[in-house]
Amino acid sequence: MATTADPHAIDEATRVAMFRDIARARLFEQRAYDLFMKGLVKGTSHLATGQEAVAAGYAAAMRSDDYVLCTYRGHVHTLLRGAPMDALMAELLGRASGICGGKGGSMHLTSVRHGALGSYAIVGAHLPIAVGAAWSAQARGTGQVAVCFFGDGATNIGAFHEALNMAAVWELPVVFVCENNLYMEYTPIGEVTATEHPAADRAASYGLEGLVVDGNDPDAVYEVATDTVGRARDGGGPSLVEAKTYRHGGHSRADPGTYRPSEEVEEWISRDPYVRYPERLRDDGVDPATLEAIVAEAEAEVDHATNAATDSPVPDPSVILTNVWADGGSSWRK
Amino acid sequence: MAEVTYREAVTMGMAQEMRRDDRVYFIGEDVAAAGGVFKTTPGLQDEFGDRRVRDTPISEEAITGAVMGAAMTGLRPVAEIMFSDFYATCWDIVANQMAKTRYMTDGQTSLPLVLRGANGGGLRFGAQHSQAVENWAMAIPGLKVVAPSTPRDVIGLLAASIRDPDPVIFLEQKSLYPSKGEVPDGEHLDELGKATVVREGSDVTIVALAAMVPRALTAAEQLAEEGVSAEVVDVRSLVPLDASTILASVGKTARLVTVEENPRLCGWGAEIVSLVAEEGFWHLDGPIVRVTSPHVPLPSADELEDVTLPTAERVVDAVRRALA
Repeated sequence: MATTADPHAIDEATRVAMFRDIARARLFEQRAYDLFMKGLVKGTSHLATGQEAVAAGYAAAMRSDDYVLCTYRGHVHTLLRGAPMDALMAELLGRASGICGGKGGSMHLTSVRHGALGSYAIVGAHLPIAVGAAWSAQARGTGQVAVCFFGDGATNIGAFHEALNMAAVWELPVVFVCENNLYMEYTPIGEVTATEHPAADRAASYGLEGLVVDGNDPDAVYEVATDTVGRARDGGGPSLVEAKTYRHGGHSRADPGTYRPSEEVEEWISRDPYVRYPERLRDDGVDPATLEAIVAEAEAEVDHATNAATDSPVPDPSVILTNVWADGGSSWRK
Repeated sequence: MAEVTYREAVTMGMAQEMRRDDRVYFIGEDVAAAGGVFKTTPGLQDEFGDRRVRDTPISEEAITGAVMGAAMTGLRPVAEIMFSDFYATCWDIVANQMAKTRYMTDGQTSLPLVLRGANGGGLRFGAQHSQAVENWAMAIPGLKVVAPSTPRDVIGLLAASIRDPDPVIFLEQKSLYPSKGEVPDGEHLDELGKATVVREGSDVTIVALAAMVPRALTAAEQLAEEGVSAEVVDVRSLVPLDASTILASVGKTARLVTVEENPRLCGWGAEIVSLVAEEGFWHLDGPIVRVTSPHVPLPSADELEDVTLPTAERVVDAVRRALA
């Protein structure tokens, strides 16, 4: 079932907030890419350019104490939970002021105090962990919801099925959101999956409704997010949502994405939420100056984060021994 | 003091901590109404209800993921991994996620959780239900690894594991479940990272773990008849490892034999040997000898399993070689 939103049912402040999130996410990741090309961001980096509307729609529908678990393509999800951009950028640059002190890096951005319970670099590993956060919320009776973002490739691993089944049987407050960007790393998901919709078509296996949403439309995502998060919070159990979207670039920094047909790339880029959504908002009467100011503020925030990160010292080598265990590193081993 | 079985001690330890702390939840396969396939948890669901004691599907990734997510968010969960061989099916969660999350987030989160269940051989279950897997876990920074040998230690170390802020792999040696021992009245708490000298001696130190501890003690009695005074150290906790008790014992006896039931290559006994070689070499008056299973999967038949696992006789023989 595909869902379409009535954008006029969503208040203007929410829609403007979603555009602000998309702009901050887009500009942050563009800067991360630039810094990667300059050799300041090391290792690898997986950008979500083009996919930001999924995170923005859910961010707008969630409570501040809800949980998010995401993947190695998780810069945007972590940022939109409220994690400070300065510390995220510093982590990408491996600085002491990084949100994980330089021990995490691009693929492991985490901000527990913002409910961002981790970006997980093993495909699909975090779905069972999201089940645990939801189980805990249910046990403690807090009304919190865990939202778990993952890619289409995760739908073919065992943990996906184990997590969905246990969440359904225990009626847990968790929303599984598949960001189907059509490619499992370098391979079209359709070539390696027996169903058309790798997530939604499996929902019936767990007694759930198969929900498909346009993941490039923030209004549509917000509507399904409100429904699914609300159902989870009200004791209605888990949901499995498949958001159809597209990454503008390749799988990771090393991948130019040339295996994709150019018509396909052009078609999806023409549906870029960073371009199309502000056009829709203007058409619906939002003051263009408001939208321009949002972009200018996001640019300034990214500049500040970049400067703060590059001005931050690198980590002291002594920290390699800290936080292995709660009692401090390997102190027990004389 | 009361005498109970090792399996009853598991139930007592769980109940003690669940009464003390309502954040302790317990899940696993067949653990609730059935009380566990080894009957280690009967009655817990009756006492603590079906919210705190819950059966799971056969889904080790979901089980381990669930306790990890719950531990990150305010519970102190315990899960049973029915046979420790099954860790292999959820090793990503255990080794890549649980073990590393505190470190990768630079201490933003603790994972106060326990994975407990049956480990080791001796019951003719064959190679996929008999492995002693402590080395798998010991090699991963971030996990703690505990393996008790007596009912008293089961309660005290399980309580310590549940109260510990880090992920603990708690390995119950399945052939010990029917064994009996005295346990203290009232609440009993031990400390992780403390080895115990379970028999004092002056001629040789025998370092053992779990089911190998009673075999080492049997060997020590036989050796006593030959006039050899063997000291037996029960390691109890591989991570943290109590290096000082081991080194002190070798400092006293000047001879070392390690006894482990796992396959020989990269067994934890080799770590003890390297510890003593690096930090206690000048104490030694003779060659160190390791007793292990050979580097084979554990076979099932009586006659095959019995000759694969270390016996008291092999320990006696090893001590003779260490003293030669």
